[in-house]
Amino acid sequence: MQTHKAKRVAIIIEQVMQSRLTDAMEKAGVTGFSVLPVLGGSGKSGGWSRDGQVSRAGAMAQVICVIRPERLDALLDAAFSVVERHIGIVTISDCEVLRAERF
Amino acid sequence: MDQILNLAATNLLSPIILSFALGVAAALARSDLNIPEAVAKGMSIYLLFAIGFKGGVSVADHGIDATLALSLLAGLVLSAILPLIAFALLQLMGNLSRLDAAAVAAHYGSISIVTFVAATSVLESSGIASEGYMVAVAAAMEAPAILSALWLVSRGSGAGRMDAGLLREIMLNGSIVLLVGSFFIGGITGVDGLAKIEAFIVSPFQGVLCLFLLDMGLVAGRGLRGGSGVLTPGVLAFGVMMPLVGAGFGLATGLLLGVSAGGVALFMVLSASASYIAVPAAMRVALPEANPSIYLTLSLGVTFPFNLTLGIPIYVAIASALATG
Repeated sequence: MQTHKAKRVAIIIEQVMQSRLTDAMEKAGVTGFSVLPVLGGSGKSGGWSRDGQVSRAGAMAQVICVIRPERLDALLDAAFSVVERHIGIVTISDCEVLRAERF
Repeated sequence: MDQILNLAATNLLSPIILSFALGVAAALARSDLNIPEAVAKGMSIYLLFAIGFKGGVSVADHGIDATLALSLLAGLVLSAILPLIAFALLQLMGNLSRLDAAAVAAHYGSISIVTFVAATSVLESSGIASEGYMVAVAAAMEAPAILSALWLVSRGSGAGRMDAGLLREIMLNGSIVLLVGSFFIGGITGVDGLAKIEAFIVSPFQGVLCLFLLDMGLVAGRGLRGGSGVLTPGVLAFGVMMPLVGAGFGLATGLLLGVSAGGVALFMVLSASASYIAVPAAMRVALPEANPSIYLTLSLGVTFPFNLTLGIPIYVAIASALATG
């Protein structure tokens, strides 16, 4: 089956910043993404868990999008302007998709 | 003194405080006891709606007077100036960076709605009347503290991020919208409206509050377990001293306004409590470099349990002894 090269960008960010990030991505022309809750983890600031969060302040979310390679720089510029000062991880990986026209 | 001790003993052995203690103990013992996130959210919606509605009914029943507007104004002023006092105290006691001190200070100018709900419950069970519009004062005190904290940061070398989106999120925070909205519904429908939904918002209230405080105990216990290492003795002492300082300002305000003993007690509770819902979220957006472990642990792990167990009885007893309104 014919496949097409694409980039998969996964950004783990504080939940309070999620809508700001997705707004910036949309402005940069990203038309599709998924948002997943992150259950817990550990990092430079110590361990944390979604359990018992009375405030959105401690929660994290993951925003995932798959885009054409030539649109990656615009997406990263937009994302970095939001996440620069915040806790989070941005990862980029190569992937392949079946229907290139959707990305 | 006897009155304070009696009220403290009664309060400590009440179902709501014992439920909170169970949650703290379970979390410290690393039990897997857990209230699902959606259930906790549902209970908080119920409690906010019930307390707002009952406040509105009380205003409809007793009428609006000049002290309502003055109380709202006083709440705004208290919320704006308490962070400045907290900031100065932290500079003396805490050895925190300017950014961390400002972020902590914002929490102590804003309010804890759960502490307010618990205090109204104690007042009701003690037969002490309070003004229904104190719910609106609580809502008014949520936001000004955040602006004061950002001003404190801007006076130093740092700069907080305050954009239109954040301002909208603060002002239209779900808790504020629900509290104010249900207050207006209660005010419009009055005693007749209350009679129609009384079985839902009055009788189950204490039971739901018990379960909610069990969850808050779990959260506070986990916060203490995970974040105790970040608090120095000076910062810990601040977590107990600042509520008393804030309560003093609330007491003076309530007495000056001439509100009832219950109203004075609630002014003290609001001024003594520290936010752990609206302000932490705002601080993560506006001051992301400030350490959330410090302000969340201090607010939720130290000040909230202190107010819930010892603070409320002290404030209620002092207000009952001094208020003449």
